[in-house]
Amino acid sequence: MSGRDQILGAIRRSLKRGALHGEARAAVERRLREHPVNIVPARTSAPPGDRVRLFEHWATFNQATVARVAAADVPGAVSDYLASSNLPAQAVMAPDPALDRYDWNSRPMLQLRRGLPVDADRVAITGALAGIAETGTLVLTSGPDHPASLNLLPETHVVILREADVVGPLEEVFTRLRARYGEGVMPRTVITVTGPSRTGDIEQQLELGAHGPRRLHILLVQD
Amino acid sequence: MQSTAHAFRDNVDRALVDDNLQQSLAILKVGFAERRRQAVERLPEFDALRDRGRDIKDHALAHLDFYLERFEARVTDLGGRVHWAPTAEDARAVILDICRQAGARTVTKSKSMIAEEIALNEHLEANGIEPVETDLGEYIIQLRREPPSHIIAPAVHLTKDQVAETFLEHHRKLGFDQRLTERSDLVAEARQVLRRRFHEADVGITGANFLVAETGSSMLVTNEGNADLTNTLPRVHVVVASIEKVIPTLEDAATLLRVLARSATGQEWSTYTTFNTGPRRAGDLDGPEQYHVVLLDNGRSRVLGTNMQEMLRCIRCGACMNHCPVYGAIGGHAYGWVYPGPIGAVLTPQLVGVDEAGDLPNASTFCGRCESVCPVRIPLPGLMRHWREREFERHLTPAAVRQGLALWAFLARRPRLYRLVTGIANRVLALLGRAEGRYAWLPLAGGWTKHRDFPAPQRGGTFHAQWKARGGARQ
Repeated sequence: MSGRDQILGAIRRSLKRGALHGEARAAVERRLREHPVNIVPARTSAPPGDRVRLFEHWATFNQATVARVAAADVPGAVSDYLASSNLPAQAVMAPDPALDRYDWNSRPMLQLRRGLPVDADRVAITGALAGIAETGTLVLTSGPDHPASLNLLPETHVVILREADVVGPLEEVFTRLRARYGEGVMPRTVITVTGPSRTGDIEQQLELGAHGPRRLHILLVQD
Repeated sequence: MQSTAHAFRDNVDRALVDDNLQQSLAILKVGFAERRRQAVERLPEFDALRDRGRDIKDHALAHLDFYLERFEARVTDLGGRVHWAPTAEDARAVILDICRQAGARTVTKSKSMIAEEIALNEHLEANGIEPVETDLGEYIIQLRREPPSHIIAPAVHLTKDQVAETFLEHHRKLGFDQRLTERSDLVAEARQVLRRRFHEADVGITGANFLVAETGSSMLVTNEGNADLTNTLPRVHVVVASIEKVIPTLEDAATLLRVLARSATGQEWSTYTTFNTGPRRAGDLDGPEQYHVVLLDNGRSRVLGTNMQEMLRCIRCGACMNHCPVYGAIGGHAYGWVYPGPIGAVLTPQLVGVDEAGDLPNASTFCGRCESVCPVRIPLPGLMRHWREREFERHLTPAAVRQGLALWAFLARRPRLYRLVTGIANRVLALLGRAEGRYAWLPLAGGWTKHRDFPAPQRGGTFHAQWKARGGARQ
């Protein structure tokens, strides 16, 4: 007997029934199809303006830094952030067409490469599918326009997030994912990131930059 | 790993006199519990979410076969593979086979309790494949060849100086010959060393916090980002997860995640909460070419439908051990196997047998804090009581305890005799202990007096006598 049959058989014996069928099966199928929302914390139901402030509050609470900028000022805000962090004006940027709307040529000193990061890269710039106001969390989806290693390898991660993409609770992210990829379909990886990488594994004291970025800077773009 | 749960009493004796361990436990008792309390205070819906979390897990367990099959179908649709492993041995064999087919020499690992349960590292090493733990705490104990002492903070029993010593010993050959004194420098050195290992690895092995049937996703929660590097950089990603990890939908994951991080570390959300779904897609610039999920049973299917089923709701947050006075006194290693604390006292007898681990459920004061903080409301003291009954029934309880209980039961059923005997004992003990006020040794009470004095009874007689004298009986 295959391992599969052994395990499924043992489960059904313990549950004292055979494979689900009829109405019982239809009920669980329906639950999967309708994926009902459970309890959503009230703090997430803020109106859009407050929602952005809530996002900012929790992102900062979790040691990210946040700056609110106009679309035209994004390249300048990136340059200024790198300078103020004593970082060279160089970065590897996601090959994401959504980032082409910013006028990077307005900052000719800023050297940008599009594609995968290498170890020498100290700064990554990416967009985000959404920001979650509930916890100050960024939602980063992998794909041809956004390799996942950009979120992880460089020490500094700058994320450009449109204010219109700030949602209340996590559940709204699922709605967006289903709209973009289809029901029950996910990209290879969806990483939700809340603040820079950290560890408490030595004497339970917080240290930033364990394996992922030491710094997470979020540019909230007004449009 | 090999269980030493049968030697629990000796393990405890050693733990109580281990100064480094006691120093670490002193921090643990205030740290995790206080941060959890603050996080719970910030979320008014917390208790309602716990109820819902319990219901979701109960629903998933009642339809476990259905959701596992659906999960498998989703993973297969995406080009991944699901392997069913009834036993630990089966799981080890499947994973070794995947590693061999990939021609793997090193594998990176993201901390997984299931991998500990099936003793995966030892098996890979014995077959010439080097496993590299990448969670900082797990990496430290791997270098020291120790088991984890906590399910979310595996090196919690070690001090900074012990870590510095370990790094110096093992990193010297890699060119790091400074003895470090700052935590931040230790973290930075481990980051550098492990970054190389991430790039070298042929296979990445992770556990899963949840498996989502709706999408075929395996979910991982970390703070360091090591799981994401483990599942993104190597050519092959292997997920090893036990069958009770499957839940229906993304919405159900949201509810459980809201209680998981807060219960574990007191965070609003773990730094990296990741949904991995299948191998690299067309056009992707990174990600593994192969994606495998190994589903481990290892005795869990037998627990379904029994009065112990509730233990399968566990989401491995560690809150029960963070709030346990026994864990707080002896740490995790004393429990002798993979899962320490109250949940260990319930799971270990199930997974390795009550003969081996029958002592663990006795290591409880039944104060009930574990149940009161459990995010999925597992009645841990009740389940421990169940194991105590099993142990008693199987005559594993020492003869002296059994005879003592029989004598007590005999007296307790005869109130007049009971009062007579306890009254005499009380007067004798009070008289003999008058000078010192306490006993350093008493016959039949060696277990008590070995570690502390037994107080001599005060004037005024037995509790019953005092109760009567103060008019308690009239109330």
